[in-house]
Amino acid sequence: MKLITVAGPPSSGKTSVIIKIYEALAAAGCHAGVVKFDSLSTKDLEIYQKKHIPAQVGLAGNLCPDHFFISNIQDCLQWAQRKNFTLLISESAGLCNRCSPHIKGALAVCVVDNLSGIYTPQKVGPMLKLADLVMITKGDIVSQAEREVFAFRVRQANPSAIIIHVNGITGQGALEASRLFYDAPELESLIGSQLRFSMPAATCSYCLGQTRIGNEFQMGNVKKMELS
Amino acid sequence: MLHDKRMNMTMEVLFRQYPYAEDFFANFSLQPDLKSTVGLFFTSLPEEVCEDLGMSHLQLGEQFLSYLDHMQRLRNQREEIHSITILGGYNKDGAPEESCLTIHAGEIVSIVGATGSGKSRLLADIEWLAQRDTPTKRAILLNGQPPEAARRFSVENKLVAQLSQNMNFIMDLTVAEFINMHAESRMVEQVDKVTSHIIAKANELTGEKFLPATPVTALSGGQSRALMIADAAFLSTCPIVLIDELENAGIDRRQALRLLVDRQKIVLMATHDPILALMGERRIVIKNGAIDRIIETSRQERQHLLVLEKMDQQMTAVREALRKGEQLAGTFSTMAEQNTE
Repeated sequence: MKLITVAGPPSSGKTSVIIKIYEALAAAGCHAGVVKFDSLSTKDLEIYQKKHIPAQVGLAGNLCPDHFFISNIQDCLQWAQRKNFTLLISESAGLCNRCSPHIKGALAVCVVDNLSGIYTPQKVGPMLKLADLVMITKGDIVSQAEREVFAFRVRQANPSAIIIHVNGITGQGALEASRLFYDAPELESLIGSQLRFSMPAATCSYCLGQTRIGNEFQMGNVKKMELS
Repeated sequence: MLHDKRMNMTMEVLFRQYPYAEDFFANFSLQPDLKSTVGLFFTSLPEEVCEDLGMSHLQLGEQFLSYLDHMQRLRNQREEIHSITILGGYNKDGAPEESCLTIHAGEIVSIVGATGSGKSRLLADIEWLAQRDTPTKRAILLNGQPPEAARRFSVENKLVAQLSQNMNFIMDLTVAEFINMHAESRMVEQVDKVTSHIIAKANELTGEKFLPATPVTALSGGQSRALMIADAAFLSTCPIVLIDELENAGIDRRQALRLLVDRQKIVLMATHDPILALMGERRIVIKNGAIDRIIETSRQERQHLLVLEKMDQQMTAVREALRKGEQLAGTFSTMAEQNTE
């Protein structure tokens, strides 16, 4: 079994790109499944089903989506094994930019889009900086110069990743990406595997359902801004 | 920490030897002490700083070394591409594609064919340096040789620069700031000189001039296209420029193509426009997923092109006249007479 963790900021084109890559994999005879992690209700299950892609959806609700992801990924892997897939793609929305879903031993992919602005690569945390493969989307609507500058900024933020341009609408670059997915390392279980970086932490009163504002209601892991 | 001689340098020596190293720290808003060694700087970073950056000491150090290697490669002279060769594969029905096409630097080739005939796949095969491993089973050679496998996934060595009608500038910058930024990312020397040259060249291509201080988002369609072409000619590293249609509005298309060709670019132009199609020295006809024919633009076609261009100018003149609120009466009847003669 190969596991590919795909993460990226909301609306960067993860689902569209995964669909195109899935189609390229299927054309090559590779049987894959998708697990989508999101916070609130998502339409993505319907989108995948419409394309006849075997998919599962997990909603984190009021939990940190990252923590929810890592507590469930081993079960998802077992689902993929029961279904006899050769490859499982997990898709998670990097809602806070500090998300850190990548696992040692699994191919780590980050999707960022050209429209998000050239300062975005610096602002995105481990999901971009510790990825093995960065896919840049929406290249068909910006100028060549902007594509080159954006790719350079991604390179600065993650000097060791493979960077490719993939178009979620036309599918340009999806075949190439599918080859990298197919070459992902094999793994049988995630038990004992490690995250590449610790996940965002918070155990404060608000995690436990506090809704009131003010110092006296704040307890636990609280970080304060330094204001001049 | 990492065993690398660069880790033992002081920051001062490092910055002198690798000036671009400063950008790495600036990007992460880190201010290293010049007297400290590189290794010590990374190991002594406070835990909170690592937490805010989203990387451990070790990961940051590894990324730093990898960054230096990449930037060094970027500055090294890259291999020049003199020609690309497309070895035929198969069409959509599995019949062999009987063609072997070599295109040289400084050549313009148009690509014609119905929508869905396989134009995009041909361009994708070139971009991906297909080696009998795409649905068409084509193979691409660079300078007559199969390319190195590592070239495929190297974003710094991308082969194809693309220019299409859908592309727009989205950055909130002036023309000068924008080109400067692109030049800096390319690590060129004399950034200001390159920038003013590109702006001057772009202005030669467009009827309506713009200033270095004009915001890129305020440029008209023609001005944007002119700037994109001048920028692709002088700053893009890609040896192949792929143009997906080039509208007629506000840009001298013949001169725009000449600019690219003068810079020894290989220009591939997918088009449905007869004038653009005939501007190529050759045109590839795509049918059913394969190259069906390769046609040299004949002497007679070149003469027809002059007539077509004249008609095109007349069309433009009529459009302008109507836009200004004029009536067609006088000028139009003489034009019509000329054409029927």
